[in-house]
Amino acid sequence: MRVIEIPASLDYRNIERLLARIEVAETGPVLFDARRLRWIDPNGMLGLLGAGKVAGQGGKRPRISLPTSIEVAGYLERMGFLRVAAGTFQPLPRRVRRRPVRASDVLLEITPITTNSDVHEVVDRVQARAGAILSHTLGYPPTAVVQFSVILSEVCQNIVEHADGPGWVAAQSYNWTRRLGRHVVVIAVSDLGRGFRASLTAEHADRFGDRWGDVTALEAAFLLGLTRFPDIGRGQGIQQIRKQVARWNGLLSVRSGTARIADTPDWSRNPPVEEGLRHFPGAQINIILPEHSGD
Amino acid sequence: MTERRHSEFPIDLEALMKGLQASPNADLVTRPTGRAVREAIEAAIADSAPHVAVSVIDFTGVRVLDFSCADEVVARLLLRYLPPERPGNVFFLFRGVEEIHGHAVAEVLARHGLAAVCDFGEGAFGLLGSTTREERTAWSTLERRKRISAGMSASLLGSRGDAMLHRLSERRLAYFDPAGSASSLSALARPVPPRDEP
Repeated sequence: MRVIEIPASLDYRNIERLLARIEVAETGPVLFDARRLRWIDPNGMLGLLGAGKVAGQGGKRPRISLPTSIEVAGYLERMGFLRVAAGTFQPLPRRVRRRPVRASDVLLEITPITTNSDVHEVVDRVQARAGAILSHTLGYPPTAVVQFSVILSEVCQNIVEHADGPGWVAAQSYNWTRRLGRHVVVIAVSDLGRGFRASLTAEHADRFGDRWGDVTALEAAFLLGLTRFPDIGRGQGIQQIRKQVARWNGLLSVRSGTARIADTPDWSRNPPVEEGLRHFPGAQINIILPEHSGD
Repeated sequence: MTERRHSEFPIDLEALMKGLQASPNADLVTRPTGRAVREAIEAAIADSAPHVAVSVIDFTGVRVLDFSCADEVVARLLLRYLPPERPGNVFFLFRGVEEIHGHAVAEVLARHGLAAVCDFGEGAFGLLGSTTREERTAWSTLERRKRISAGMSASLLGSRGDAMLHRLSERRLAYFDPAGSASSLSALARPVPPRDEP
């Protein structure tokens, strides 16, 4: 059995450590060993789900060992990870010892996105929860909940319209006391569809010639607003998300294929473009919205 | 009483969305929902032809409007009724878009090179979208006066006044009647007074 050890901390900063170890359609049994996990964010959870799905494409569902920490296991349960993971991993090895459910501390549980109805449900669900977090915790204006909902709607529609594959979305707020000295909201969206390059190839590859690849496909969508649809009204989603996230001094990154592109604020060390990453199907979007600093 | 030669078609989006399967709540999100709403609006105003009509699209009860929906419900709706072969002589005026939805509406309009007249409440009307300074000046004058009779445009707007009013009319931001007078859409959209009792 191949054992893939999950690091003690799994979030957007080190998700590549996990993805680099994943083989598509593993032929032998695979165990994701998450017993040492002590910290995980929505990017880590969706990364773990995606890795499990990809590893299981060979026909044999992988196993997962859940964290030994009751707090972390309970958090995974509240975020809906265990419910969604039941379709990806072999039956979970043990029940999580339940603590009183604190549903209010979850901004948006892991939610599968396959249809437009799912997008409606996500937008509807966050209305009540996001308002207080955005205005009281992040210090955004009261109308920010609408813009936040629009961001979620547009990133989720990206899955339905372009991915042709299953996807998930999740969001949560954290207090990054040591890392940033501020609260943040983290939004993760991930799908295992065809990715940006395959989605855009038929319509746009010719004009880029030999330069066409994962990086140019991401640049075409991210910087130029190109989509596989020829009409002018398309492609606004990512462009408008970029503008809104920048207004809030947030981080936005999109990983697809072997590359990642990002709008990086001054507080982030992420490079604007990464290439030569381990190939992974679909697209992974990470948005981090920091508390208004009052500058 | 002079009979008005135009009619008003108020469209309450919140009420319209309640009757559509594609819109389960008051959120105008996703392109298929926007397309369904636009088609419902077009069906509702189809009876207006061949009369001149002003359709007031009211966003007041809409919670969230995303860019995909705004593209369908605002931009593509206007595009359908812009060319001479339009399905009906309908003008559009948007209400309830100012603070929350104004950004999405303005962005999709600008992307298509369109502009729209918006009711910002308490008698204030404005333009959103893509316009030139000359167009805005002419539109503001017309909006203030509500109507500019034939022959008055030069004195009010200068030598290019008539051309600018025609330009606004072509962009469906003003109405030119057969007698050559220009009217603002806000004037056309005023509630129709009740007929005199016999």
